[in-house]
Amino acid sequence: MKQTVVALAIMGFGLSVAQAQEMVVKLGSVAPLTGTISHLGKDNENGARLAVEDANSKGITIGGKKVKFELMGEDDQADPRTGTTVAQRLVDAGVKGVVGHLNSGTTIPASRIYNQAGVPMISPSATNPTLTRQGYKAVFRTIANDVQQGGVLGKFIVGPLAAKTVAIIDDRTAYGQGLADETEKAVKAGGGKIVAREFTTDKATDFNAILTKIRGAKPDVIFFGGMDAQGGPMLRQLKQLGVEAKFVTGDGGCSPEMIKLAGDSIGANAYCSMAGLPLEKMPGGTEFRNRYKARFNTDVQIYSPYAYDAAMSMIKAMQAANSTDPAKYLPELKKSNYPGVTGTVAFDDLGDIKDGAVTMYQFKAGTWAPM
Amino acid sequence: MEIFLQQIVNGLVVGSVYALVALGYTMVYGILGLINFAHGDLVMVGALTALQTMMFLMGVAPGMSPIAMLTLSLLVAIPVCMLLAFTMERLAYRPLRNAPRLAPLITAIGVSFLLQTLAMIIWGRNYHTFPQLISTTPIQPIEGVFITPIQITIIIVSALMMAGLILLVTKTKLGRAMRATAENHRVAALMGVDTNMIIALTFVLGAALAAVAGVMFASNYGIAHYGMGFMPGLKAFTAAVLGGIGNLGGAMLGGIVLGLVESFGAGYIEQATFGFLNSSYQDIFAFIILGLVLIFKPTGLLGERVSDRA
Repeated sequence: MKQTVVALAIMGFGLSVAQAQEMVVKLGSVAPLTGTISHLGKDNENGARLAVEDANSKGITIGGKKVKFELMGEDDQADPRTGTTVAQRLVDAGVKGVVGHLNSGTTIPASRIYNQAGVPMISPSATNPTLTRQGYKAVFRTIANDVQQGGVLGKFIVGPLAAKTVAIIDDRTAYGQGLADETEKAVKAGGGKIVAREFTTDKATDFNAILTKIRGAKPDVIFFGGMDAQGGPMLRQLKQLGVEAKFVTGDGGCSPEMIKLAGDSIGANAYCSMAGLPLEKMPGGTEFRNRYKARFNTDVQIYSPYAYDAAMSMIKAMQAANSTDPAKYLPELKKSNYPGVTGTVAFDDLGDIKDGAVTMYQFKAGTWAPM
Repeated sequence: MEIFLQQIVNGLVVGSVYALVALGYTMVYGILGLINFAHGDLVMVGALTALQTMMFLMGVAPGMSPIAMLTLSLLVAIPVCMLLAFTMERLAYRPLRNAPRLAPLITAIGVSFLLQTLAMIIWGRNYHTFPQLISTTPIQPIEGVFITPIQITIIIVSALMMAGLILLVTKTKLGRAMRATAENHRVAALMGVDTNMIIALTFVLGAALAAVAGVMFASNYGIAHYGMGFMPGLKAFTAAVLGGIGNLGGAMLGGIVLGLVESFGAGYIEQATFGFLNSSYQDIFAFIILGLVLIFKPTGLLGERVSDRA
């Protein structure tokens, strides 16, 4: 009898220890934290971090255990090769899900590794269509893809901007090239003529040579598929070369950074598109902006709300499946219908976000104003 | 026609930027036989230090004239870079002076990463706008050919610096000591030349050039960033090799040739190959030229003695 009591006591003690023990669940975040677009990379990581911290402060219980999420923030340097190395490292570390990567060029090769390991991956910013067309079950994105975005851009260029002749530049990354190609298709479909197709790199700062060539072709609109770090100096050089064509770019250039970098060379003839809605029009946008600013003491760049939603939808799916095992919560993730910061997060069969909105912006009074 | 002339202007400007950076590379190489890969990052430190100074000056004396502000920020950036180069030489390169040639080369790459990471910690990851204190409003010397005052300044500054350096190396006592050290530092030491001091001075001078190049580069493009030194560093290295590494005039010539080739490559490659190649292949042109020059003249356009160097 006495022994039974002791045994019970020990069991009870054991139980209480198990209850007090937190289960640590690792999530990965991958984005370039060094290099030319590290400001955007850090923004993505911050978004995911905010979601993880929110979940931790709420005290989520999964499978009867209190869960503590831990975010492993990794740097892929926007380099495809480093991207796959980092992906393997995260898989080996036993992460249950990954928010990332930032660039299409790094996300596509890395997605194979996550998919093979069965680790769900949600990119908050990779918009190249190929990503979700590889037949991978564990690959998602919370942002509209370039087929959608390029279509809107092309229609905008030939429609509201009434351009007859268009010059297109891209930075030869999977993102820039993909977006430029989709835009080109849509411009041609709308009856516009492509008078120049030029190329630069995602590390360049001097574009005078290609811009001079474009000036010779006299386009109505110049479209740039690339990031703000190139777009800003490009606008300056366009002005210095006396080019007066309208300038249109995609979401990579739709940042406050772009405006800062272009200085006084940006005007009302600059337009950009952004997958999704403007921060102010997102259901949770204003609150997100304030909380982000309070937590990280810096402004939202572009994709952090999408990174937040990506991380949150994973956590919600884990709760719904009552398991952190990727194999078990993946079906729940596919069925996601979570009201996020950016809108409702729900995925189609390919893993693309459903009803991915695209908004056009025009530069007005020192900022990108939604049109 | 004005497109053609514009491409020449573009090439000259880019080429002068390369030349400015290449001068520092080539001088250190000429004296020491060391390819100082951290030189590109000194360019970055120069630009960011000048930016910091300008921000400070704009805070305390908003009414200051742009030229005074530019001069003052240069007067801060140059000593900072010099001090940095002095420390680099003392801590990283001097202990390896008699080590196999590969050791200082790898160390230089390491120093380059170190500088980039430190700058990232100090100035953050974001791009900074660099105040364009010299006007960037284009003028048209010929109808349809645009050039900005800052671009003219860059061309003039790089020509002046080249001339100044050549004078220094060939006409002064210090220059003679430098050449003696380059020839054979042991014998030079026996002749009473303080070779440690001369080598340190060479580094410090190279760093001053890097600071000027950084400020010019950032003023032209209006941006500064901790990684900004990498590409110009690489291109300037190519320019230095093209011109004949170790030769000051060669650095200038190599820079200008590289700039022009790139500019024409981007502008005319499509017509030249009937649409087969496009501007994504612009760097091919530069490297075909580099390859050809090195095949027929392995020492570069103006190079002389490089046979036994790294």
